[in-house]
Amino acid sequence: MTPPIISVENLVTYYGRHQVLKGVSLAVEQGEILVIMGGSGSGKSTLLRHLLGLHAVTSGKIEIFGKNIQTLDWREEQEFRRNIGVSFQGGALFTSMTVGENVRLPLQEHSRLDEQTIAIMSRMKLEMVDLSESEDLMPSELSGGMIKRAALARAIVMDPKLLFFDEPSAGLDPVVAAELDQMILELRDAMRMTMVVVTHDLDSAFQIADKIAVLDQGEILQIGSVEMIKQSKHPRVQALLQRQIRTTQFDPDEYLERLMSGSGRK
Amino acid sequence: MVYSKLKQWLSHGISEFGYIVILLLESLYWIVLGRFKSQAVSIRAIFFYMVQIGINALPIISVLSLTIGVMLAMQGIHTLRVLGAESKVILGLVLSVTREFAPLIIGIVVAGRSGSALTAKIGTMQVSQEIDALRVIGINPVRYLVSPVLVAVFLMLPALTFYADVLGILGGILYSSTELNHSVQVYILEALDLLSLDDVLHGLWKSMVFAVIITLVGVSNGFMVQGGAEEVGTATTRSVVFAITYIIIADMIFTFYLSHE
Repeated sequence: MTPPIISVENLVTYYGRHQVLKGVSLAVEQGEILVIMGGSGSGKSTLLRHLLGLHAVTSGKIEIFGKNIQTLDWREEQEFRRNIGVSFQGGALFTSMTVGENVRLPLQEHSRLDEQTIAIMSRMKLEMVDLSESEDLMPSELSGGMIKRAALARAIVMDPKLLFFDEPSAGLDPVVAAELDQMILELRDAMRMTMVVVTHDLDSAFQIADKIAVLDQGEILQIGSVEMIKQSKHPRVQALLQRQIRTTQFDPDEYLERLMSGSGRK
Repeated sequence: MVYSKLKQWLSHGISEFGYIVILLLESLYWIVLGRFKSQAVSIRAIFFYMVQIGINALPIISVLSLTIGVMLAMQGIHTLRVLGAESKVILGLVLSVTREFAPLIIGIVVAGRSGSALTAKIGTMQVSQEIDALRVIGINPVRYLVSPVLVAVFLMLPALTFYADVLGILGGILYSSTELNHSVQVYILEALDLLSLDDVLHGLWKSMVFAVIITLVGVSNGFMVQGGAEEVGTATTRSVVFAITYIIIADMIFTFYLSHE
């Protein structure tokens, strides 16, 4: 069996004194789409930032392509960056550049190809996301769905082996969101990419996932296939699926203590 | 209470200073070694910022330096009249423009015009995750956003200061010649005679220090933005106020040492 593309072991991380991730472990196999699902504050964005190597971890290990990404030297890090693509939640397109320039930038920085080749390669990716007409537009001239697609084109321009997608459906209407889901599946089939998608959108998660990890309050409640998650008996997973309101145990003494001291929830 | 506030303020100040020093070292690192790591600082970006920061500021700088020259001449003639020494006005003009006013005004104008723009740009990029996007693409944000600006400001500030020297002195001469009924040519010759390379260089050295201050205060405030758009506004104001304050303090220290040589 080939080793997993991503392997996370017992990841713990703090934000100040607040523990955000409490020992997360997961693995993503070659060609798989893992959806990390969870509500606001579940720690899913933090987990994603760790996988991208944007934050140092408190403890635990993250291995991507078989290497610990915390200890990469400069050359290995560049190699790692070339092999991953990221589509950020708000697109994070560079606002001072046109769509085309945005998509060309990774190629210009990482390859020694001539401008003509770079232009053709980036246009191919823009074609794949149906944005060939918008090459010369500025990001401010695009609609929400177009921004996501442009960000996707920039993320895949280097033909990465691993693609990260942060909240693909956030801020989009259901039809456009469904189209984007379709596009993600087509891309995986066409380019044989491994993907990690972070979302709180259930429909989208069930549509695209091979495997779902349900994250809640910094812990992975369950990780498994779509069917497994749907049939889960775990009360908090069920609550998330059925959009139930989170109920926490009410402790009158602790409540009074909190009101008196004003120190907030511990 | 006061003690803990002071402690907090001090530790904040020290960590910010440390951050600025690291930013300076890192951008110098990329300027020197970038090309060996296939992350060369883009010459095109340097020229772009030189035009934006320097050339585009020429109209406002022309108006300001001419005005300052005229103002200095007015004040000089007024003050010297008490001593009956109006004819010495050109000496005062030449010394104060080259050693003090030109670098200071250029520093303040560029801090207000470009330092703030730099903070706003980087702050907005921070908020919209563009900085993260640069990092995941494998582009070092300091190399890409800071190093070219540092080079551009470092080259343009002395150039602008020299330009302001010329216009400032010219403004003062034009005013003095009408006020004291002397020909412009005579005053120009007198000014050239009085000008020493030392005085001009004194101002240019200063402007190089100001260039580093403006760039680093501008970019560090931008990178420190966390949260939303409102904070970009706060950071921009902070950046201008701090840059101008540091410039004036640096100016005083500089003047102290150079006038005690």
